[in-house]
Amino acid sequence: MIEFRNIQKQFGDKVVLAGVSHVMETGMANLIIGTSGSGKTVLQKCLVGLIEPDDGEIIYDGRSFTEMSHEERKLLRQQIGMLFQGSALFDSMSVEDNVKFPLDMFTKDTLAAKLKRVNEVLERVNLSGSNKKFPSEISGGMKKRVGIARAIVLNPKFLFCDEPNSGLDPQTSLLIDKLIYDITKEFNMTTIINTHDMNSVMEIGDNILYLAAGKKEWTGNSKDIIFSDNKQLNEFIFASEFLQDAKNMRKLEAKGHVGPDGEIKG
Amino acid sequence: MNFFTHFGKYILMLKGMFSRPENAKLYWKEFMHQCSEIGIGSIGIVAIISVFMGAVSTVQTSYQLVSPLIPLKTIATIVRDTVILEFSPTLVCIVLAGVIGSKIASELGNMRVSEQIDALEIMGINTKTYLVMPKVAAALLTIPMLVVISMVLGIYGGRFAGSASGILSPETFDTGLMENFMPYNVTFALIKAYTFAFIISTVSAYYGYYVKGGALEIGRSSTTSVVVSCVMILLADYVLAAILL
Ligand SMILES: Nc1ncnc2c1ncn2[C@@H]1O[C@H](COP(=O)(O)OP(=O)(O)OP(=O)(O)O)[C@@H](O)[C@H]1O
Ligand SMILES: [Mg+2]
Repeated sequence: MIEFRNIQKQFGDKVVLAGVSHVMETGMANLIIGTSGSGKTVLQKCLVGLIEPDDGEIIYDGRSFTEMSHEERKLLRQQIGMLFQGSALFDSMSVEDNVKFPLDMFTKDTLAAKLKRVNEVLERVNLSGSNKKFPSEISGGMKKRVGIARAIVLNPKFLFCDEPNSGLDPQTSLLIDKLIYDITKEFNMTTIINTHDMNSVMEIGDNILYLAAGKKEWTGNSKDIIFSDNKQLNEFIFASEFLQDAKNMRKLEAKGHVGPDGEIKG
Repeated sequence: MNFFTHFGKYILMLKGMFSRPENAKLYWKEFMHQCSEIGIGSIGIVAIISVFMGAVSTVQTSYQLVSPLIPLKTIATIVRDTVILEFSPTLVCIVLAGVIGSKIASELGNMRVSEQIDALEIMGINTKTYLVMPKVAAALLTIPMLVVISMVLGIYGGRFAGSASGILSPETFDTGLMENFMPYNVTFALIKAYTFAFIISTVSAYYGYYVKGGALEIGRSSTTSVVVSCVMILLADYVLAAILL
């Protein structure tokens, strides 16, 4: 569980986060959603300490991250996996070595055991067979998936994903969402995902934090979002007519007017 | 940012370099990799400039020593001392500041800008220790070696140019070479080499590690790192000469 209170951050005189508080639950996919530039990345980086917030408190499983020393943070970070928005792969290393790196650094396993684990996670992100390629030789979506593989290779307790499925086709995108969701449940991780992908929100949104103007504008899960009457949220989430229709359909379905196959009842 | 802010941050970076490695084996591997990048990677350019620098010193010294009262072998003595005292340590290190310094600064700068340094930090790795320390250690090990190689090649280049252009025979050169040799000069040159190696590696690492922005800033800061290292080298050269000679 990660709890944060009153996180504030400004760059120069631009206020990005104006006091955000929320609880990220263990064993759930916790989503941070918001328009481009709303501060999702900044919030995530504040939570892991890559950006020092101007004010506020962050608590990991009851321990104050804010008050931890550099060494204590280092130890905690060995339980954190993070996927960066730009993937941040080591470009001097092959795909395999990228994913193997955390294992090399923090485990004493044999090479064979490490390679087995690497292939396991690469398979989970649908990338088996790309082991020897270099980051410069693979597509943006593939980089994302290697980034995810590297983030989960050590089975972290806390998983941060900054837009795991931007730049992926809908099918792969769904697969990645499902993968992250499944491992979250399987290993009871605290997973925090930045996204503005509607599908993710509806598919895996256990606990959604909607950021707008540097504030927590709305919070709830994927069911609540259908019935929310927050105007700003509705305009953001159900931006297109198609999505509006889909939302109305779900509403009718929930009220029992429409069956799961789309047949109209009573 | 003013000089003192930079200097403070630089000192803090140096302090941050010393921490316990998370995994000694990987750090060793990185150190070896840097030795090969920094050391072996620069042998070619060091060899070329050393040979020519020695050759030119022989030709120019003989041009300046027109008096028939001075024996020819003195040319060799002068070439030997200038190569050992100044040309090999200082000139070679100035060139290495360009070659190695820009490489270190742009490598770290690229890692910073593409968030690779952040990715390492998030894994719980002390990036100053993992990324900067092996580079500094490799520079401290290999640059003095390169300087020694440069001394040998420089003198050999001078000897070759002497006979090739008919200024003095190799035998005369060798006689001059052995005369009044002061081993302290080599010690002094090595002290300079260590100092310059430290300057080159830490200054360029500083400029690379703290890059902010994008590709443009990487280029800019690698240029700045070369300029600053060169100035620092010349300054240190003067200070060391004043203190130690
Ligand atoms: N290092 C920085 N210096 C100055 N301003 C910054 C910095 N990092 C972020 N910002 C500003 O903070 C705001 C939020 O940025 P952030 O990257 O968090 O947005 P985001 O919600 O992740 O957007 P996207 O969905 O496009 O990734 C932006 O207006 C950005 O200009
Ligand atoms: Mg972002």
